[in-house]
Amino acid sequence: MVACAVLTVSGILYAADHMDAPAVKGQPTDITDLYVFQGKNTDNLVFVGNSQGLLAPSATGAASFNPNTLIQFKIDNDGDNAEDLVIQAIYKDGKVDFFGLTHPSFTGLRTKIEEGHFLGSVDVTPYGAGTPIVATGKDGIKFFAGPRDDPFFFDLDQFHKIVGGMATSFNNPGHDTFAGTNVLSIVVEVPKSLLHPQNGKINVWLTTSTAETTPKQS
Amino acid sequence: MKNVLKNALFGLTALACFASCHKHNPVTPEVFYDEADQMGRPAINTVFIKAPDKDKFNVTIPSVMAATFGSEMKSSLLGLNPGYTTNLLGLNADQFIGVLSTDVLNAATTGPTTFYDGTHVLTGRALADDVIDVELHLVFGGPDGSANPGLTSDHVDANDVPFLPEFPYLAQPH
Repeated sequence: MVACAVLTVSGILYAADHMDAPAVKGQPTDITDLYVFQGKNTDNLVFVGNSQGLLAPSATGAASFNPNTLIQFKIDNDGDNAEDLVIQAIYKDGKVDFFGLTHPSFTGLRTKIEEGHFLGSVDVTPYGAGTPIVATGKDGIKFFAGPRDDPFFFDLDQFHKIVGGMATSFNNPGHDTFAGTNVLSIVVEVPKSLLHPQNGKINVWLTTSTAETTPKQS
Repeated sequence: MKNVLKNALFGLTALACFASCHKHNPVTPEVFYDEADQMGRPAINTVFIKAPDKDKFNVTIPSVMAATFGSEMKSSLLGLNPGYTTNLLGLNADQFIGVLSTDVLNAATTGPTTFYDGTHVLTGRALADDVIDVELHLVFGGPDGSANPGLTSDHVDANDVPFLPEFPYLAQPH
């Protein structure tokens, strides 16, 4: 279905992180974008993790989060580019459950859900819903999960022509390759006081991970 | 024979583990998750990492990215802009790649959060930030941003639909 959407919308490949690498292309693990910004309440920071991009409207209703894909915001709050805190999101039975704002038991490439640190859950907003479903969990943390307009904008087709030697400059006006397409979004708004930054700043990266097919005991 | 041994060992391990772990976690066995994709700043893997390494980049932890991919990314930068000297931030190629090669998104916990607004640099990424123009300027624009004028903006300056003023901020799907 995702592959269909891509063909429908355009034949293009890479973008912000859309379909950045062969192993994730067309998979529920394919990240499109990460955003981190101050909330409407400036005491809060908002984390947006988008995946499964370039969904045509006709393909969006069938797109869904995957119960075997763990989505994580990894947060370094002391400047060493290693995660000190994680916010984890995973789909289950129509909801997305959130865990974290704790130091993960396992850092790096192989992780597990911090089940002892449940933050809350939110029903996935169905495609076509008039208003987004929003939930508030522990410590006033807000959650959203569901399809949204892809907020990314870029004349990617022209960029490819330039890089491919078929053009020497961008057009004015340009054409937004991502106009009219959707993504699956996870949005979390967190009080800044929970992030414990050492120097007034944090470093964030978004990851997706796949459940190992044979569960292993620790 | 090898398989029989393997199975026997697996059974023993499972039994031992069951016995020792049972009281802590009676219902769900612990499931581990292996990283598949990651990103910090927009378009880093896409633009600066060469095709054979794109999967590897996604499973390299940020703290070792600079050592692993720094020279490859510098070569990509100079491939895109062979005339690169410095950029608007005053960074030469090594310094610029030094910033980019650890692919995390820096975010301030006080004050404005923006990729670049003329004053604040890398204090976050807001939905409306024209991150591509920022990156094009830094790659192609030279020390004062005026070099290669045909390459420093894609002339798509905003999203196709407005964002919401409050949570969840992103617009309704099309």
